[in-house]
Amino acid sequence: MNLQDLFTALFFDYTLRTVALGSAVLGAVSGALGAFAVLRRQSLMGDAISHAALPGVVLAFLISGSKDILALGAGALFTAWLGTMAMVYIRRRTRIKEDTSLGLVLSVFFGVGMVLLTFTQRLPNAHQAGLDRFLFGQAAALLERDVVYMAVFGGGALLLLALLWKEFKLVSFDPEFATGLGLPVRALDVLLTTLLAVAIVLGLQAVGVVLMSAMVVAPAAAARQWTDRLGSMVLLSALFGAISGVAGTLVSSLAAGLSTGPTIVLVASFIVLLSILFAPARGLVPAALRRRAQASGALSQG
Amino acid sequence: MNQANLAIEITDLTIAYKEKPVLWDVDLEFPEGNLTAIVGPNGAGKTTLLKATLGLIPPSAGQVLVFGKPLRQQRRLVGYVPQRGSVDWDFPTSALDVVMMGRYGHLGWLRRPGKAERDLAMQALHSVGMQDFAGRQISQLSGGQQQRVFLARALAQDAAIYLMDEPFQGVDAVTERAILEMMRRLRDEGKTVIVVHHDLQSVPEYFDRAVLLNVRKIASGPVHEVFTDDNLRAAYGDRVTRLGAAALPQLEPESRAGLPVMGK
Repeated sequence: MNLQDLFTALFFDYTLRTVALGSAVLGAVSGALGAFAVLRRQSLMGDAISHAALPGVVLAFLISGSKDILALGAGALFTAWLGTMAMVYIRRRTRIKEDTSLGLVLSVFFGVGMVLLTFTQRLPNAHQAGLDRFLFGQAAALLERDVVYMAVFGGGALLLLALLWKEFKLVSFDPEFATGLGLPVRALDVLLTTLLAVAIVLGLQAVGVVLMSAMVVAPAAAARQWTDRLGSMVLLSALFGAISGVAGTLVSSLAAGLSTGPTIVLVASFIVLLSILFAPARGLVPAALRRRAQASGALSQG
Repeated sequence: MNQANLAIEITDLTIAYKEKPVLWDVDLEFPEGNLTAIVGPNGAGKTTLLKATLGLIPPSAGQVLVFGKPLRQQRRLVGYVPQRGSVDWDFPTSALDVVMMGRYGHLGWLRRPGKAERDLAMQALHSVGMQDFAGRQISQLSGGQQQRVFLARALAQDAAIYLMDEPFQGVDAVTERAILEMMRRLRDEGKTVIVVHHDLQSVPEYFDRAVLLNVRKIASGPVHEVFTDDNLRAAYGDRVTRLGAAALPQLEPESRAGLPVMGK
């Protein structure tokens, strides 16, 4: 398939269009909420949340007996949220440090998820279940119905983000000052983390639990390089996420056997690399050029 | 002194982390319209006292009244200037934006800051001499400028009581003067300013009143009553009595009457 065919297919091929649309939605939502996670130094929390979603997916299948996306998503969100609350509880009530609590939750929940997954695959209807696609993601399996759900829940999360914008901004920048103003900082904290969990669960089917945290971190890290305003950082992060989603889906559709998740993540990582190197104010290359110009300027003056 | 002009009244305040007391049974009264320093050695609980007053740390025992009512009903009356090191200055935001955060309490839910907030924030930046830096990303400011942005944010809160945590820490001379002027102006407008301060030497010059703290309250009142050798020794031990005698010659009993603050 050459490039032109690819673009023709993007607009006219039903499957590819659905898949690309879904990837764009998941990239945009996780990009926008990921910006807050990165600014709040919760990059690794995204990883723990996505791994903690796996047991929920399998449990939802075992209980409901169907692979209805709503049931699986609800299960994923439930255990992801449980994992998040476990991390918060460990941090507040014990002397265990935050990174240790992340490591504990990630490995325990993922371990339980893998045990359940291997157990489930021995069941009679295992192959139809195809739950293992939640490990590395399979965007090609996205149906129009899935994309509609993703758009509805993702849109809801973004709407809440917009409505509580100034509160989330203040809680992220200076939680003590926010407490001093009388804002319910803990509740806002939990809500923002829950929205992050929603964004992560939206992407599980296409990207998978193992790599979904990259969609939280990578677009945000890239966006931070280009701007010094929170609003433009969140928009840019959403845009980078969406571009990664669509481009990754297209590339993975070129060859059979290319998992969508890893391809999307590779595209996002490439955007990060470009941003670290070439962003005007914070990039390495412009900084080196400025140093060189300064040095030669000093020389010619001296 | 009657109840009505007490800006803050702290009774029996005790705070303990993991059973180790940081503040022990502290009673304090801050009369309205004064400039008060909270001083004491490292680990004396100065910042803890400030945070407990703001409700940032739940007390193990005791209570804080703001103009005679619990803090929860009076939050809008209390402005706060945290330590500069308490936030990440690489956060993607501008000086003006940070100052506008001082208006969020007045704005309430779902309302966005608009022109009115922007004007108030610009005014606050103006009064700390930072109007030319409004659009600057906050990591591009010097330490003193960052401190002044925090002060401007507190000004934008338009509070009756200002709590400041080491505002003079590591700032340049221009900023030090700007902070001092601002504190005095607030005091002259009848506001109550309470400052955690680490430099004993400047206390008599800068402040009307002082609280000497070392887990327990050692003394509180007008600076000349608080800064006696006995009190300083009680707060700092022998080490700082020597320092006190050397660094604070004006506090020797015979020279005390000549202090400029005495005149007030």
